[in-house]
Amino acid sequence: MENLIKELVTKMADDALILGHRNSEWTGLGPVMEEDIAFSSMAQDKIGHAWALYRMLQEMEGGQDPDQFAFLRPESEYKCCHLTEMPIGTYEFSLMRHFLFDHAETVRYNSLLESGFLPLQQLAKKVKGELKYHTLHADAWIIQLGKGGEESHAKMQAALDNCFPLATGIFEPGPDDTQLSDIYPGEKILQERWMDSIYPVLTKAALNIPEKVTPAYGGRYGQHTPYLHGLLEEMGEVFRQDPAATW
Amino acid sequence: MTDSLDPRVNRLRLNNIDAPFTIEEGENWQAYEVFHQEKRGAHHEHVGCVHAPDPQMALIFAKEQFGRRKKCVNLWVVRSADILAFDLEDEDMFANNMEKTYRDASGFKVMEKINKFKGKP
Repeated sequence: MENLIKELVTKMADDALILGHRNSEWTGLGPVMEEDIAFSSMAQDKIGHAWALYRMLQEMEGGQDPDQFAFLRPESEYKCCHLTEMPIGTYEFSLMRHFLFDHAETVRYNSLLESGFLPLQQLAKKVKGELKYHTLHADAWIIQLGKGGEESHAKMQAALDNCFPLATGIFEPGPDDTQLSDIYPGEKILQERWMDSIYPVLTKAALNIPEKVTPAYGGRYGQHTPYLHGLLEEMGEVFRQDPAATW
Repeated sequence: MTDSLDPRVNRLRLNNIDAPFTIEEGENWQAYEVFHQEKRGAHHEHVGCVHAPDPQMALIFAKEQFGRRKKCVNLWVVRSADILAFDLEDEDMFANNMEKTYRDASGFKVMEKINKFKGKP
């Protein structure tokens, strides 16, 4: 049981760490100063969520130092989904990814408010307000740009077509999800709630969810896109020079 | 003329000045003044401004720029253009305030009396 909870916490933590790192790549390059600040700040929130989850793992049996665990694992031991690994691409891609991912986080943490695993329940309470802002920000942009004229709408639709199959990979089922029913409702139900949560916003933005979708699975089992390797190299570059250093 | 690397310059469509020029809603960003409230019931205090395409986005930007350091429970945003102010050269209307000290509330020495009363056993 404890191992299954560890799997759940690890994939949540890795998603937050990898996407937080990706989104932070926009710092200084955002389309306008105000957005640059907001997007960077939310990227920092994600690293904060990852830190809290890695700390949770440390408290469990056989737990490791959060920094060592975050930076020094072999690639195949990361459990992040492919959506988080993709390069930042265009701003509309990054915004769409942020929108789809943060709605998924919101339904996940909302379900954890009643979790039988107390540390997750407490964290869910703590991040509730932050996530509310993240989706408010994402929704406003998606609607604004979805309705921002022909060119803008076409770019947003392309971004959605591109991101959606990747985003369904967030909900890749694990082999033993049913055994975690006291901890959280399972990926299938979360995906249904996620659809209910993004659908009204996409409707307002006049964007259509693509019909035939092949989910980007594999990440939860350690199979990753070629992009993760470069990210891990860069992210751990300084840390690896002296893993014992105190920061 | 070739396209500029800056999308804002391209949006001006300088290549084609004879064509009818329309501005889409939200295309022209505006300045919004931001007011910060530290606790419920307190005054909102002016803290700065943000640029945004509409009031909703202005509020969203204001939250990260002005609501994440010190304590904050709410923010207001107001379109800067909606604020009415005196002209700079009308400053002379306020010039004689300093002479009218009888209007100054600090003239009442109430605190002394209060403290004296409090000091009584």
